Amino acid sequence: MKRRFALPPAAVRLFIAFAVLALVVVPWLPQVVYPVFVMKLLCMALFACAYNLLLGFGGIMSFGHAAFFGSAAYITGLATKHAGLTPEVGILAGTLGAALLGALIGSLAIRRQGIYLAMITLALAQMVYFLFLQLPFTGAEDGMQQIPRGRLFGVIDLRDDRALYYLVLVLTVAGLALIHRVVNAPFGHVIVAIREHEPRARSLGYPVDRYKLVLFVLSAALSGLAGSMKALVFQLAALTDVHWHLSGDVVLMALLGGMQSVLGPAIGAAVVVSLQYYLDAFGGWVTLVTGVIFMVCVMTFRSGIAGALTRPADDTQAPARRPD
Amino acid sequence: MNEIFGMPLSVIAGQTLLGLVNGCFYAVLSLGLAVIFGLLRIVNFAHGAFFMAGAFGAWMLHRYLGVGYWVALVVVPVLVGAVGAGFERSLLRKLRGLDPIYGLLLTFGLVLVLEGGFRLLFGSSGQPYPVPESLRGSVQLGFMILPIYRAWVIAAALSCCLLSWWLIERTPLGAKLRAATEKTVLTQSFGINVPLLLTLTYGVGIALAAFAGVLAAPILHVNPAMGSNLVIVVFAIVVIGGMGSMFGSIVTALVIGVVEGWTRVFYSEASSTVIFVLMALVLLLRPKGLFGREGPA
Repeated sequence: MKRRFALPPAAVRLFIAFAVLALVVVPWLPQVVYPVFVMKLLCMALFACAYNLLLGFGGIMSFGHAAFFGSAAYITGLATKHAGLTPEVGILAGTLGAALLGALIGSLAIRRQGIYLAMITLALAQMVYFLFLQLPFTGAEDGMQQIPRGRLFGVIDLRDDRALYYLVLVLTVAGLALIHRVVNAPFGHVIVAIREHEPRARSLGYPVDRYKLVLFVLSAALSGLAGSMKALVFQLAALTDVHWHLSGDVVLMALLGGMQSVLGPAIGAAVVVSLQYYLDAFGGWVTLVTGVIFMVCVMTFRSGIAGALTRPADDTQAPARRPD
Repeated sequence: MNEIFGMPLSVIAGQTLLGLVNGCFYAVLSLGLAVIFGLLRIVNFAHGAFFMAGAFGAWMLHRYLGVGYWVALVVVPVLVGAVGAGFERSLLRKLRGLDPIYGLLLTFGLVLVLEGGFRLLFGSSGQPYPVPESLRGSVQLGFMILPIYRAWVIAAALSCCLLSWWLIERTPLGAKLRAATEKTVLTQSFGINVPLLLTLTYGVGIALAAFAGVLAAPILHVNPAMGSNLVIVVFAIVVIGGMGSMFGSIVTALVIGVVEGWTRVFYSEASSTVIFVLMALVLLLRPKGLFGREGPA
């Protein structure tokens, strides 16, 4: 085993502290980075980490997570634009809606395993896509536009980018903290046990399916939180939010960032979102380049950025290897 | 007796035919998917992309070289199949022994590359491809009008399925293939070149998809997204039918195609979602799929 360089945990903590500090000062330096772009980054980071809760820790590969992200965006839009509710209620409604959808899709999907589960989630997400294409209030191809940002608790005006930025930052950090907590709680350890050896976990008396379902719902709800925030930031819920391309993107973020780490996918999200942002100028190259990165990652970089930084880079520790 | 549930018979017959045609595409694709999965244990996400590449191949041959339909029907599957075999040999093979999701992810990446590439080259709007002259026109059957090209698609696709079935179930090559599916290591120890067999299987599976693509070129508009939308439906069909039996997946595909056609008659809003609803129902009632033998997956 070749031991290359590995970051000590203290360095990781320092890095996180530095990142949080940098994120706090962002809105005061709009000439350096565009705050709306950073808000998108934060939403996607939460989305990727929520997704990875399922993939990296549960070993459950969903290929339809855009359904939760996008549904929440539409529901938030529906609540704030059509029902005239305040943004915090909109976000709550979106998150709960995504959780409910997660319970529905999850209870069907966990009836099968592995790649079947991936195909099932993909197919069900495609169904959700068609629903949003056809439902009367979604604006079909145009998307749901001009979703109002409103006043938080009826007091704080979110049309101010800075106010919205801090709301998104607080919610994202809270979401990530929750994920961190869940992974390190007894619940998280049971999940890992189920991933590593499901029959054994079952024989120890753990209600395996219930654990999987709870994890699925949690992941869907947090993905929904990300989608709701995104709807407020861009004031738009569109079909691209429920499209399978986005489901693929979030898999790539988790893979690229490092499936075995809690915050790794956030790094992956930052890379993917920035890349797509800058590639947009070149027209149709986004899909092609995303695909190439995908293939390179799968072939050579399975432990991801976080994995490469925090542990010796050798392939035997690649996650989710099937015991033959 | 010209109406069923208030719908003219000719409309129903027409949609049944359309459904059968779609069902044939589903059948050829799910067959290739099942054969590849059986031997390589890989869910080939790129199946639809190769279908699209097949359609584009026919279109490009026609557009740039003036090559006709019948030549394309032979040449394109061979070319695309060779590309597929090369992909298996160079990249996919290296993932053997890892969790099968990596195979799914690699082929997903390939989908994005192919789709993005074709979109860069030809744009995302559909390209028309003419129906070959010998298959133009239609036959009046009394209760409906049968376009000859659609009849040809059904005949060609079904013979293709039949041929594959015969190849796998009734020939020595097929016997080796089935042996390798069941017990890879043991088959190899008998001196059968399993890695070559894997490459060949993948190549033939891809060629099947490309063949379906050429068949579809005159019916569907040739566009970069045509494959991925189809492959998601085929995934649902595979979940419904189970990947255990070839026969099962073909029948499921045809039935689903017809059901989809009928839905278009009676409740057209649901025609794009009915397959997924059926999949959900099957998962509730018979999680293994209709013809499923749950393998390691």
